[in-house]
Amino acid sequence: MLIFEKGQEGRTMTILPECDVPVSLPEEGSLRKKSMHLPQVSENDISRHYTEIAKKAYGVNDGFYPLGSCTMKYNPKINEDIAALPGFKQIHPLQPEHTVQGCMEVLKTAEQYLCEITGMNRMTFQPAAGAHGEFTGLLLIKAYHESRGDNKRTKIIVPDSAHGTNPASATMVGYSVISIPSAEDGGVDLEELKKAVGEDTAGLMLTNPNTLGLFDRNILEITKIVHEAGGLNYYDGANLNAVMGMIRPGDMGFDVVHLNLHKTFSTPHGGGGPGSGPVGCKDLLAEFLPGSMVEEEEGYVFKHSEHTIGQVKSFYGNFLIVVRAMTYLFMLGKEGVPEASKHAVLNANYMMAQLKDVYDMAYQGPCMHEFVMSLARLKKETGVSAMDIAKGLLDYGIHPPTMYFPLIVPEALMAEPTETESKETLDKVIAVLRSLHETAMTNPEALHQAPIHTPVTRLDEVRAARNPKLKHEF
Amino acid sequence: MGSFVPATDHDRKEMLSAIGTKNIEDLFGQLPQEVLLKDGLNLPNGMSEMEVNKKMEGIAAKNTVFPVIFRGAGAYKHYIPSIVKSVISKETLYTAYTPYQAEMSQGILQSIYEYQTMICEITGMDVANASVYDGASAAAEAVAMCRDRKKNRAFVSAAVHPQVIETIKTYCFGNGMELTVIPEKDGITDLDFLKEHLDSQAACVYIQNPNYYGSLEPAEEIGGIAKEANARYIMGVNPISLGIIKTPIEYGADIAVGEGQPLGLPLSFGGPYIGFMACTKELIRKLPGRIVGETVDSNGKTGYVLTLQAREQHIRREKALSNVCSNQALCALAVSVYLSAMGAEGLKQTAIQCMSKAHYMAEQLETIGYSVVNQGEFFHEFVTTSKIPVDQVMGKLEEHGVLGGYPLTGERAGQILWCCTEMNAKDDIDRVIGILKEV
Amino acid sequence: MKVLGDLVYTKTHEWVKFEDETTALVGLTDHAQQSLGELVFVNLPEEGDDTTAGEVFADVESVKAVSDVYCPVTGVVSEINEELLDSPEKINEAPYEAWFVKITDITDKEEFLSPEEYEELVKKEME
Repeated sequence: MLIFEKGQEGRTMTILPECDVPVSLPEEGSLRKKSMHLPQVSENDISRHYTEIAKKAYGVNDGFYPLGSCTMKYNPKINEDIAALPGFKQIHPLQPEHTVQGCMEVLKTAEQYLCEITGMNRMTFQPAAGAHGEFTGLLLIKAYHESRGDNKRTKIIVPDSAHGTNPASATMVGYSVISIPSAEDGGVDLEELKKAVGEDTAGLMLTNPNTLGLFDRNILEITKIVHEAGGLNYYDGANLNAVMGMIRPGDMGFDVVHLNLHKTFSTPHGGGGPGSGPVGCKDLLAEFLPGSMVEEEEGYVFKHSEHTIGQVKSFYGNFLIVVRAMTYLFMLGKEGVPEASKHAVLNANYMMAQLKDVYDMAYQGPCMHEFVMSLARLKKETGVSAMDIAKGLLDYGIHPPTMYFPLIVPEALMAEPTETESKETLDKVIAVLRSLHETAMTNPEALHQAPIHTPVTRLDEVRAARNPKLKHEF
Repeated sequence: MGSFVPATDHDRKEMLSAIGTKNIEDLFGQLPQEVLLKDGLNLPNGMSEMEVNKKMEGIAAKNTVFPVIFRGAGAYKHYIPSIVKSVISKETLYTAYTPYQAEMSQGILQSIYEYQTMICEITGMDVANASVYDGASAAAEAVAMCRDRKKNRAFVSAAVHPQVIETIKTYCFGNGMELTVIPEKDGITDLDFLKEHLDSQAACVYIQNPNYYGSLEPAEEIGGIAKEANARYIMGVNPISLGIIKTPIEYGADIAVGEGQPLGLPLSFGGPYIGFMACTKELIRKLPGRIVGETVDSNGKTGYVLTLQAREQHIRREKALSNVCSNQALCALAVSVYLSAMGAEGLKQTAIQCMSKAHYMAEQLETIGYSVVNQGEFFHEFVTTSKIPVDQVMGKLEEHGVLGGYPLTGERAGQILWCCTEMNAKDDIDRVIGILKEV
Repeated sequence: MKVLGDLVYTKTHEWVKFEDETTALVGLTDHAQQSLGELVFVNLPEEGDDTTAGEVFADVESVKAVSDVYCPVTGVVSEINEELLDSPEKINEAPYEAWFVKITDITDKEEFLSPEEYEELVKKEME
C-alpha cells in the first residue's frame, strides 16, 4: 500500500509551535489555489510504513551484493557517526571562512590523500556523482583545448566496452564519440586506436582495469599514442578498487580522473544516491577547475580560479559524503589502501576459479577485482539466459551480479565480490551458483519462472513503458 | 591500521591454492612494472576506529555551529522532524543500490514513486523524476531539455541565485547553448528587456520564484511573454513557499525545478542536497534521470519498475539527452518522510510562519534604520541596507552566536540578504534587533 | 516471417510502398519487429523535415534498447503516422500497415531489394 492510502483525513503530527508573530500572507493574486494532497498520517503510521518498505529492499547490510563496477563494499558505521556530528551537519555553506576551518580541512586533506592515491595534482569535490565527474573532467579538457586556440578537436574516443555514461557525458560537452572495437584479449586494440587518433582528437576516456575486469597491459603505450596526437587522457575511476595503492592513473599517463566515493571509498549507496564524484587533474588543467578550491595560507581560504569553467552545482559538492570518505581514508591509511585492492582482486579470482568449470568466463587468465561470465552457450543449450540465472539468485536471497553489461559480451553476468566479503560468504554463493547451473541443465523451466519467493514476480516492463503511470492519482 | 578486510592468513592460503598462484602480488602481473608503487603510498599510517573518531571530532570542533541563523541564500535551516532521521538511518535503505533488480527492490522503487507523486503534488505538475543532484544542476538540466534544432538560446533572469546562473552557464559551455541573462530592474526580472529580446531562437525562459532577493516575480506576465515567443517556461521554486504561494502549473510553467534541501535535509555545508524536476505530460520523454512507474507482475500484482529507460545513458549512450546515472535517492527519501510528517497543512503552516517572521523582522529592522530594499511582495528572504559596515554587523552578531544575513557583493555591496524560517523565534528576532541597536 | 509481394525492401529492414514516382510510405518489416521485440515508443521526425536516402530519420524503443530507422529515399516528410506515437505496439501487431511517414518530392533512392531478394537476405542473417 502506498503511504497515500494510509492514515485518515484530518490526522496530523504536532511538529510546529504556534506562530509567535503577526501573520503575513501573500496577496490574493499570489496565493496558491491548486489543491495539494500529501499524506495525513501519524508518526506511528509513517514509522510502520517505512519499516514495511525496508523489508522489501536489499542492502549491503543484508548480504552479498556482487554488482560488477559498483563496488558494493561494506559501509562502515563510523562514517555515519562522524557525518552526523553537528560540527559537520549543521554548518551553513555560506558561513564566514574563519568559522568553517574544520570543513575546509576535510576538503583539503581529502584532496591531498586522493591526489596521492591517483597521482594527480589538484582535486575538486564539486561533482555529485561519477557521471557528473565525467561531465566535469571533459569540460576541463574542452576548456584546455579552447584556451590554446585548438578548436579542431571535436572527438572523444571510447572503447566499445565503455559504460554508457562515458559517451553520454561526451555528448553533453559537445563532443562526438568514436567508439573503437576492443581487441581479442578484451583490451584496447592499438591498431584501431592509432587509426582513430588525429588532429580532431580531444581525448580518450578509459577505465583500467576495464569493464571486463581486465587490466590493459598496454596502458602506457595507449596514453602515449593519445598524447602524441595532441589529445588528453581521462580516467574513469569506477574500477579504482582493483589497483589503488598498487599503481596510480597519474603514473599511467592520465591527465584527469574522476573517483566514485560511493564505490571505492565506502560511502553508502543510499538506494541510488547521494554519491560523490570528485575530479582530480594534473597541473595543466588545474586553472579550469570548477567552484572554490581550498588553499592553505594562514589558515584555509577559498580561491576561485580566473579561468574556471564555472560551477557544476552549487556550493562545494556533497560535503557529508566527503566526510565519510575522509573517515575511511584515515582508518585505512598507507597500508590499508593496497590491502583493500589486493583482497578485492584475490576474492574475485577465487570466485572465478571456483566457477570456471561450470560457467564460461568471457576471458581466460586472471581477472582483477571483477570478472565476466558469458551465458551464451548455456542459453543455446538449455534456453536458460543470464536473466534467468540472475532471477534464480533472487530466490536464494542473494543479489545477482550485473546483467547484460558490458554490451560486448553476450548474456553477460559481471561479478565484483569486493574485499569486505569473507571466504565463507563467497563459498556459500559459489555453491548456490553451481546449484543453479545444475537446475539449468536439468530443469530449465523452473528458472524461467524465477523469482517466486520475492514480494513480486517478474514485472511487465513493456506495459510500464507503453503506458507510463508515474504517480499516484488522488 | 583500520581494516574492513575479513580475510585471515588461513583464508588467503586456501584461496590462493584454489586459484593456483603463490602470492596475491602475482595476480597483478599485468601491471607495468615501471610504474608500480614499490614503496607504497606517501600517506600516514592508518588508525584504529577510536583514534579516527577522536581525530574527526577534533576537526568538527574547529567549525562554529551557530545556534541561531538568519542566513538563507540557497541553504535553509528548517526544523527536521525526528522521524526523518530515523527512517533514513535504516541500514537496508541506506546501504542499498539503485533498484536494478526490481523484484527484490520494491521498497526502494515504491518510495521513489511516492516521492515523485509528492513533488507533483507540491508543484502541481504532471510528472516528476527521481531527483537530480541539486537545484542548480536541476535548473541546468531543465534548460538543456528545452534545446531543439531551431531554438538554441536560453533566457535566464539575473534575479536568479548567482550559483544557479553560473551552473547553467557551465552546462551551456558544454552543450553549446547560447545564454542571455535578463537584467533585473527594481529587484525583479526586467519585463521590458524580456519582451524586446525574446525571439524565435528562444528555447526557454528561466526565472526563480521567490527570487534570490526573496521577492515574488511577475510570474504570470513572464509566462505570457514566453508563450507568445513559443519558448518553454521554466520556474525554479522554493518548495516550502509552495505551501502558500501559487504553483508553477498555475503560472503556466512547462517545467518546475528547485532545491529540495529545505524539505528535511540538514545544512551539511552545502551537500548532499537534492534537485527536484517536474514537468507537463508533453515533456515526459525529455526528462533526464531515473523515473519509476507502476506496473503489474506475472500474477497481476501491482509492482514498481524503473521505466522509460530508453531516455537514459545506459541505453542511448551518446544519444542520451543527459548522462545522469545516480540520483539522490536517500535525500529523496528524507524529503518524502518530511512531507509525510508535515502533511499539506503542516507545509502551509511552515510557509506562513517563514513569511510572517520575515515580515516581522523586516519591520523591526526598519525601526532601527535598516531600510528594506525589496519593492513589492517577498516571501521569507529580504534585502536591507546597512547603516554601519556589514562586517561589523556580522562580527557583533557572531559574538552572540547569531549568523546574520548574507552580505551581498558587487553592485549591492553594503546590502544584507536576511532570511527567517519557522526556526527563528520572536525572541531571537527581538534579541538581534537589540544587539544591532547597540552597534 | 512475412514478406509482402507488392513492396520493396532495404538492407536495413525497412519496407517502402510507392504511391507514385515521387511519393512513398515507409515502415519496418516483420523480421525487424520480431528482432526488436515489443516496442514501447517511436521517435518520428516532424512534418516538413527533409530526409536523405541512407540516413537515420527515426528510432524505435523497446524496454532495453533503441534502434535507428533509416530513410530509403531523399525527399520531404509530408505526413507522420501519429497513431504510432500513442500505440507503438501496432508495429509489432501489423508491421506492413504501421507506416511511419509519407515522403513526397522524392529525388533520390537507395538500392532496393525485391521481396525475394529480401527473403534471401533475412535467411542469410538468421544463419
